[in-house]
Amino acid sequence: MFSYILRKVLYTIPVLWGVVTVVFLVINIVPGDPVAIMTGQRGDEATLAKIRADMGLDLPIGVQYLRFLEQICRGDLGTSYRNNEPVSSAIRTRLWATAKLAFGALLLGTVLGVAAGVVSAVKKYSLFDYGAMFVAIAGVSAPVFWVGLLLLLFFAYILKWVPGVGYGDGSFKYLILPMITLGVRPAALTARLSRSCMLEVLSQDYIRTAKAKGLKKHVVVMKHAMKNAMIPVVTIIGTQVSSLLSGAVLTESIFAWPGIGRLSVDSLLARDLPMIRGVVVFMAVTFLFTNLLVDISYGFLDPRIRYD
Amino acid sequence: MTENGNNNDSGVTGNLWYEAWLRFRRNRLAMLGFFMIAALLGVAVFAPRLAPYDPFKQLLWTEGIKAKLAAPSPDHWMGTDAYGRDIMSRVIHGSRLSLQIGLLATVVSLLIGVPLGAMAGYFGGWVDDLISWFINVIFAFPFMLFVLAIVAVLNNPSMIVVFTAIGLVSWVSIARVTRAQFMSLREREYVEAAKAIGLPTWTILFKHILPNTLAPVIVQATLGIGSIILTEAGLAFLGFGAQPPAPSWGLMISDGQQYLATGQWWWALFPGMAIMYTVLAFNFLGDGLRDALDVRLKR
Repeated sequence: MFSYILRKVLYTIPVLWGVVTVVFLVINIVPGDPVAIMTGQRGDEATLAKIRADMGLDLPIGVQYLRFLEQICRGDLGTSYRNNEPVSSAIRTRLWATAKLAFGALLLGTVLGVAAGVVSAVKKYSLFDYGAMFVAIAGVSAPVFWVGLLLLLFFAYILKWVPGVGYGDGSFKYLILPMITLGVRPAALTARLSRSCMLEVLSQDYIRTAKAKGLKKHVVVMKHAMKNAMIPVVTIIGTQVSSLLSGAVLTESIFAWPGIGRLSVDSLLARDLPMIRGVVVFMAVTFLFTNLLVDISYGFLDPRIRYD
Repeated sequence: MTENGNNNDSGVTGNLWYEAWLRFRRNRLAMLGFFMIAALLGVAVFAPRLAPYDPFKQLLWTEGIKAKLAAPSPDHWMGTDAYGRDIMSRVIHGSRLSLQIGLLATVVSLLIGVPLGAMAGYFGGWVDDLISWFINVIFAFPFMLFVLAIVAVLNNPSMIVVFTAIGLVSWVSIARVTRAQFMSLREREYVEAAKAIGLPTWTILFKHILPNTLAPVIVQATLGIGSIILTEAGLAFLGFGAQPPAPSWGLMISDGQQYLATGQWWWALFPGMAIMYTVLAFNFLGDGLRDALDVRLKR
């Protein structure tokens, strides 16, 4: 068990290094002068040269890379070009808003998706099944920002049930619409996956045995089938995190939600390269660690997986 | 014997594709997706003829102030925008942009993903370790944010940059599928035979193994088109993709969003429906192809 975890952790290190290196390459090797991009071609050559020197951009590329690696190892993600705020503290102040949104969306998506998928599988080819699966495939196909805008239109502007955009005092009512917007895609994916997994499990011999010995249908479904059908659903939570982080970029923009997604769009619009670099590294690292946790938890969920 | 084997192979392959087509035809949702895409292609090709108005023309000059933000009516089925442009004409022309980006980015991702996946799966060893490591690195980035970063850093939101950036990030799933296929096929007897008669590695890779990996790659690529179109729309929505006055669906939703609160919902509604229609069609088609070709995609 310990050696399995150690191996997984050790395997994550080269991937982490790759992530940091790719980010560095994208920001520093692309054609064009990063300082000119950031300043929007404004300023005279002397000012540009000073900024370049301040940011260490006049050093040879290899030295810049080593400096960047050393900074990252110290947990220092650099300083914003726009307002001199350290990138890590900018992320820290916005982390809670994004975490609340992402967890809410994941929870909503998983609960709704599993419920819809299981009922669809049990009532295969029923009206509910067709309806739920149509809604699910529509949910995967609709642009997240458009869904958000429609929810705003109906529930905030027409029905006035919930407040419109903004974080307000941080209370739950402000979270409802962004959470539903971001939760649509995970709900749709989970519903489709849990339906197909449930169908597969329900056709197995041990389920027939359980039915044959006269167990009630809900006991067979909830106790016997669920346990095995839910393993793949848990494993995709890891990949969901990536799509949640991508979705947060759009959702937070629509709802003026003061999280990391919005921070990334603001810094992209301002061409604040150190901030973009830091946020991308942070998101990729978050994804890697979530997947590491999911990998490690496999064995607890599925005893057939051995830690050797 | 080899000749016989080859004849047999091609006969079986022909039957496989024909049987797949029969299975596909029986799948109603798959056929629906097929016809939805055919209709969309028709709309894109004949856009100038189908669109009732010029998508760039500001009708304020000819129809007066009533052409500004006009609600849907027999004259303008999807209404007009704040510049007095006919939204239906813009939605129709927008299909060209979306399909172009969807197809071109898919081509880029195939051009990167197939060779890398093929090499990793066929050669194994350190080549596989290296390529798999690279796949895992790219997979770790949130798709949308990474594409946004590339487009923003290049500081040039032209179509070529947008589809290349999307392709540069979305090849990963294609590479994974190709790798898995090559890995299982490299042990087959016909590959051994090809090696034994001394065929060059590249011939074995691309002439003998590749045709047998097409089914899962086609399925993965079709399913990927939908998410590429969604990404392009998201880029345009945030202001990093198509620039005004291009009739881009994402851009139209972005322009229309500020009018939602004041009741002019049509500007943002119809382009969103067009995106959903397109992505839905590719998802139906991809799901149908997967069932017809009996492909089990690795997650």
